[in-house]
Amino acid sequence: MSEDQRIAQYAHPNSLVTTAWLEENSSSVVIVECDEDVLLYETGHIPGSVKLDWHTELNDEHKRDYLTGPQFAELMNEKGIGRNDTVVIYGDKSNWWATYAFWVFKLFGHEDVRILNGGRAKWIAEGRELTKEVPTPQSKAYPVVERDDRTIRAFRDDVLDHLGLPLVDVRSKPEYTGERLHMPDYPNEGASRGGHIPTAASIPWSSAILADESFKPVDELKAIYFENTGFNPADKFVAYCRIGERSSHTWFVLKYLLGVSDVRNYDGSWTEWGNLVGVPVAVGEEPGVVSR
Amino acid sequence: MNLRATEIAEDFNFLPEKDRLQLLLEFSENLPPLDPKYGEHPELLERVEECQSPVFIAVDGTADQIRLHFSAPQEAPTTRGFASVLHSALDGLSAQEILDTSDDFPSALGLDKLISPLRVRGMRGMLARIKRKTRELNS
Repeated sequence: MSEDQRIAQYAHPNSLVTTAWLEENSSSVVIVECDEDVLLYETGHIPGSVKLDWHTELNDEHKRDYLTGPQFAELMNEKGIGRNDTVVIYGDKSNWWATYAFWVFKLFGHEDVRILNGGRAKWIAEGRELTKEVPTPQSKAYPVVERDDRTIRAFRDDVLDHLGLPLVDVRSKPEYTGERLHMPDYPNEGASRGGHIPTAASIPWSSAILADESFKPVDELKAIYFENTGFNPADKFVAYCRIGERSSHTWFVLKYLLGVSDVRNYDGSWTEWGNLVGVPVAVGEEPGVVSR
Repeated sequence: MNLRATEIAEDFNFLPEKDRLQLLLEFSENLPPLDPKYGEHPELLERVEECQSPVFIAVDGTADQIRLHFSAPQEAPTTRGFASVLHSALDGLSAQEILDTSDDFPSALGLDKLISPLRVRGMRGMLARIKRKTRELNS
């Protein structure tokens, strides 16, 4: 099956573009690179793309939260993004931070945001052009839009209410079982308990991608997220990881590729849950049960 | 803190915040290539588990002059930058000078607001391993 055919089968095929499409259409969209490595953009990026730093630009400086409406509008003006623009986001690490940025754009209701299938790695692997030339964006007077945290974002109390409903832990297996407090080879981010939220299914984020970092065909994704878990796509879902970036990737898969209409990303994730006083934690391979 | 480390920290802090990343990028581009004896024998290198990207180190030499070797991929410029800063600050110093370097050197670069704490901690991990291996060589 070609990549175009794969994309056509997803629930929202317009949310993904191929590298070939982007190369042809780069002048009619705004391309945004959002990486984990803050220096990667400077080493070479897709021509015309602007850099978005997840750490310093999407988060409030003083509070563990995202930008406010006026701050987001200011950011969009700096990046030369208009409210009606088509924004294509790509990045390193299989698009973790690209999907995270996508999710933040959706908190502000930006209509037309798309992910570059396969991200930075696929673009480079195909030998497509990179440049060090940095564009100078012009403000397009982005309106101030209030952030909507109700529909795609879950807070800890939402998760407590959600226990027993489809909950997806996208971290690595040793993090899920509680053997490790963080991803293998990653530094600890300071959770005082290891394990997972009781009843959560373990589906590591990487289950959703192929070797070239593009997304798997829809039938394979359905098997992984629904058939193997017994979850029903009509149910309400919550996904979490450690700080909310890998779970944005899974949130994107569930919502845009598989068409789950009610799915929220718990961005507090394990750095919050693993430190919360009094909440239940399950350890080991089994999802565990809720004791109320 | 040794003189070279102090000077590097001063160079970073002298710059406005935004330009500090550019300096780190320059360090990243100037990380010396891996000595062939390690390139051909990667098992002699130790992986720095604290780092988000694959980075490997080796420490050899004598108590009078410790040599540092780093391997980090091109697609991880921040990690390469940190490795290169440590190389510039510490390579060729005596074991005692390396052990006397402040554990807080990574934070002294003034990058904490620009780079997530997670990554700066990765550099601390590299420094901790360099010191441990220096101690092992010395014992």
